[in-house]
Amino acid sequence: MDRIPDSAKRKRVYAREEVCVGCRLCEVYCIAAHSSYKNDLIKAFKRSYIRPVPRIVVEERKPISFGLQCRHCEEPECVKGCITGAMQQDPETGIVTNDEARCIGCWTCILACPYGVIMRDYREKKVAAKCDFCIENGGEPACVKNCPNEALYIGDVRESCDDAEGGPDK
Amino acid sequence: MSFVIIGNSTAAIGAVEGIRRYDKHTPITIISDEPYHTYSRPLISYYLGGKTTEENMLYRSKDFYEKNNVKTMLGVKAESVDFKKKEVILQDGSRIPYSKLLIATGAKPFVPPMEGLGKENIFNFIKFDDVKKIEKVAVKGSKAIVVGASFSGLKAVEALVHRGVKVTVIDIMSRIMPRVLDDTAASIVMETLRDSGVEVLLNTTVEKILGGDRATGVLLKDGSELSCDFIILAIGVRCNTDIVKGTELKTNRGIVVDSRMQTNIPDVYAAGDVAEGYNFIEDKYMEIAIIPNAYKQGETAGANMAGACKVFDKGFIMNSMPLLGLPIISAGVSEQREGISVKTVYKPEKNSYKKFYIKGNNLVGYLLINDVDRAGIYTSFIKDKTDISAFEDSLGSDDFGFVSLPKALRKDKMLKGEVV
Repeated sequence: MDRIPDSAKRKRVYAREEVCVGCRLCEVYCIAAHSSYKNDLIKAFKRSYIRPVPRIVVEERKPISFGLQCRHCEEPECVKGCITGAMQQDPETGIVTNDEARCIGCWTCILACPYGVIMRDYREKKVAAKCDFCIENGGEPACVKNCPNEALYIGDVRESCDDAEGGPDK
Repeated sequence: MSFVIIGNSTAAIGAVEGIRRYDKHTPITIISDEPYHTYSRPLISYYLGGKTTEENMLYRSKDFYEKNNVKTMLGVKAESVDFKKKEVILQDGSRIPYSKLLIATGAKPFVPPMEGLGKENIFNFIKFDDVKKIEKVAVKGSKAIVVGASFSGLKAVEALVHRGVKVTVIDIMSRIMPRVLDDTAASIVMETLRDSGVEVLLNTTVEKILGGDRATGVLLKDGSELSCDFIILAIGVRCNTDIVKGTELKTNRGIVVDSRMQTNIPDVYAAGDVAEGYNFIEDKYMEIAIIPNAYKQGETAGANMAGACKVFDKGFIMNSMPLLGLPIISAGVSEQREGISVKTVYKPEKNSYKKFYIKGNNLVGYLLINDVDRAGIYTSFIKDKTDISAFEDSLGSDDFGFVSLPKALRKDKMLKGEVV
């Protein structure tokens, strides 16, 4: 039996570790994109009362480096495990976002995420912070846009690529 | 055709979402003895502690039932099931026919026999109604006794501390959270509890609850007495199989299901805390009373009810619990057994403790205290039965991540799903 298709072609951000130079500009622009001064780096860093946490992990062990952020899995472990219902997946776009007003910081999503890309954010009320594909900025991720080396890029995702249980028909 | 679900919590909601992936139209009826819109049970401690509101406890949005074409019968108790006629029988005798039925009745409190039970200020700690009663008596400066120092008992303790209640917690075992923590980990958590003024009494039990209509204290096994203003019993839970007791539906501790969540009776499914699903680490069918498991079992049951063929055979215990600001995450095996080796990384200066349970080339369990970031990478090793031999030494290091993995494995994980 076919699953009712509930998403158009899904996209996610991928990394090329061979050309990443570990400059962390992705982190810098991610912070700015999630501040009150989305388009102004200097204000974002100098005027933000509390600086947002970056929603991308930059891993580095020379000479290897790469940025890693939410894969917006087709079968998202964080959404299925979320105890509050704050973590939700948009059925149209497949983008996974966390409703920070409802999140209580139990870290079950951190326990569940196989990529380790959900952060603890203690700035105010403690909540889980994660990549939202910059949907508020038109779905154009700031990390990709500002990567000087195209070490981050947006790729199409195969349908049914996740082998999470409860996933595609077996 | 009609789908009927008994229960309105995580597994039931998972089932609705599982059904609607495949079948947008067949009517679904949810029957629940609780009068509430679906809410998150684990949030009751956060509600009691003033960390969330009734509105933010909703597990799905207000329009969830309408959007998913679900008819609800809330505050209505399903009494039994007539499996021959395929009808659910309600408390008032009326009958609700089903084509396919999901039993998702969850768990109920386990209370061992104890003298003096049944007094008005003795509470369980499972449902929203429990904390609605507790909040009336848990006033600043009052004294509480919590029986049971596992997850739910300690979440109750935390909430009471936030309300300014003086708490004593009692457990029969020699350390708190005995199934998850070892002695070192327990001592770290004990320190957090003591810093918040919580008194912990171990190796003891309540012999008798003292008082008349109201509990005024307890008599402990060693003969000592403690006074209190109220008592919370959080000793444990059992599968809530009441509705099917004595019927042809097969049960052990919980309802017996296969990996598609089917019971022994055609068109009858069970999911969540009431079911004995497959635990793939223990390689046996058993209850796995945690939210992620309840959701996935429900989702799997729903998909199969809607005619898909879906299997859930990757269940295992996992828990995350910040306790009074101290994060604790555990998954899989949490005790030393034959054939399992253990690796620990303890950094007292950071109050960080990490323990890994390794069987052959596989990670089968772990415990993280305080430094819990990226824990899910470890969870995925358990679930995927990843061969960890090439990077076992780096487990628990501060910068552990995909960079620690062999290139081929890292690339496989990072580029998974890409259309090239």
